[in-house]
Amino acid sequence: MPLLPLRDLIAAHVRDGQTLALEGFTHLIPFAAGHEIIRQRRRDLALVRLTPDIIYDQMIGMGCVRRLTFSWGGNPGVGSLHRLRDAVEHGWPRPLELDEHSHAGLAAAYAAGASGLPFGTLRGYGGTGLVEANPAGVRTVTCPFTGESLAAVRAVRPDVTILHAQRADREGNVLIAGIVGASREAAFAARTVLVTVERVVDTLDAPMNAVVLPSWLVAGIAVVPGGAYPSYVQGDYHRDNAFYQAWDGIARERVSFNNWMGRHVLDTPDHAAFLRSVGVAA
Amino acid sequence: MTGSGATSGHGQPSAGRGWTPDEMMTVAAARRLADGAVCFVGIGLPSAACNLARLTHAPNLVLIYESGTVGTRPRVLPLSIGDGELADTATAVVPLPEIFTHYLQGGRVDVGFLGAAQVDRFGNLNSTVIGDYGAPAVRLPGAGGAPEIAAHARDVFVVMKQSPRTFVAALPFRTSVGFGDGPGDRAALGMRGRGPQAVITDFGVLTPDAAAKELTLTALYEGVSASAAVAAAGWPLRVAQRPEVIAPPSAHELEVLRDLHRRTKEAHARPVRIALP
Repeated sequence: MPLLPLRDLIAAHVRDGQTLALEGFTHLIPFAAGHEIIRQRRRDLALVRLTPDIIYDQMIGMGCVRRLTFSWGGNPGVGSLHRLRDAVEHGWPRPLELDEHSHAGLAAAYAAGASGLPFGTLRGYGGTGLVEANPAGVRTVTCPFTGESLAAVRAVRPDVTILHAQRADREGNVLIAGIVGASREAAFAARTVLVTVERVVDTLDAPMNAVVLPSWLVAGIAVVPGGAYPSYVQGDYHRDNAFYQAWDGIARERVSFNNWMGRHVLDTPDHAAFLRSVGVAA
Repeated sequence: MTGSGATSGHGQPSAGRGWTPDEMMTVAAARRLADGAVCFVGIGLPSAACNLARLTHAPNLVLIYESGTVGTRPRVLPLSIGDGELADTATAVVPLPEIFTHYLQGGRVDVGFLGAAQVDRFGNLNSTVIGDYGAPAVRLPGAGGAPEIAAHARDVFVVMKQSPRTFVAALPFRTSVGFGDGPGDRAALGMRGRGPQAVITDFGVLTPDAAAKELTLTALYEGVSASAAVAAAGWPLRVAQRPEVIAPPSAHELEVLRDLHRRTKEAHARPVRIALP
């Protein structure tokens, strides 16, 4: 398990046209990795996340994305993701294909991918417009035991899943603590797993039953302190709710969005410089 | 998000009454939650209502947020569904898939609390698009956990402000099923929950007619007329013969709610500092 600078980790594993999942449910969103993908100008990506959040709003607005698999595309507690909306409503900066689910459905699709199954099944979608909206991803299956009709969701298998975590040990085992969302399923569903961590420690000290990714599952790790900001890391720093509220104004117009991304992401060499540029780190 | 202080001028009980429409809705929603119920909570006004109930008449209310936080007792309202406050104060934090499979689909949830952009007369909800799905006039956030909450929770409560644009005759997109196209549809779809049992608005409360399943105005806030509520619906709204009158917020309810919002505002403005090595 190689420990690499984030720039080298992304350059080594992320290619144009791939299907990527940057997971983490509100918590542990790998912002630093997303920004690095933007800096390296990756294109034609198919992105998967339950909640696209600000990181995918940024990647969509910067023209990296051709397709989005998701289940809730808002700015949590604030309102719209304006760049996502602009792409869907006006095709700016490029049209965006949608592969739309519910949370339960996309979680089941990840779990199927992680389990080596072609589809996941659940009681869901019945009577909703999502069945018609997503004929390639949502169908029905008949239970062979009871004859009941159940929803089937096509398995999701990202080329690369990227997570942020509290820590890794020197062997490369990764501990994820707190709200884990569907991170574990997204990791096991992927062909390649990359992780950014706050720190590397001598011993992991993982509690029993904790979410641990064994080192042999992980293709590469980068140490990126603050790597989830403006999302958060339980035990290290809080979610910057004021920034999430401010993003609404930044992203509402194309010009203010481009200016902000230029100044804070494209014109900063790395995440530490990004954190300094937004005034969060000294 | 939960706003406050807005008055919409539709005859709601706000002007000069000492509380806002949001506060009246939040209090009315909170009162419907029985102590000890297991409640699947959406963000915004549902979250405020559930926590108000927990801090007043229902201290044993079990709050589950879809982020995987079970039995959480937040001191301040979360901005997102997965704020650290929810994890810090939870009985357990479980993976998101487990929340939807074991807790919700497994039938462990008594009340699901939802908001939406639009509702129709059968309590079906739209939170996906305004206009055509393939070329929407407005792209809304989408489903999140709502379709399965609407299907599986024993009871569903909906909180929405009422206007002809939000209470519509026909939804452009059905994100979550209430009673479908009428009686029998939920059973035909294999849904185990009882569907929407209350829609709490800024005029009062709608409940489904026992036979026809159509939403009916059965309670009004003090000082609000049924005709004002009817005028703010995009379909000919059914009105009960003698709608119940909902008592105004008590001084205690308002104090607890405002204190919660004040703490929340302070917490959300708290600056984040990251120490780089």
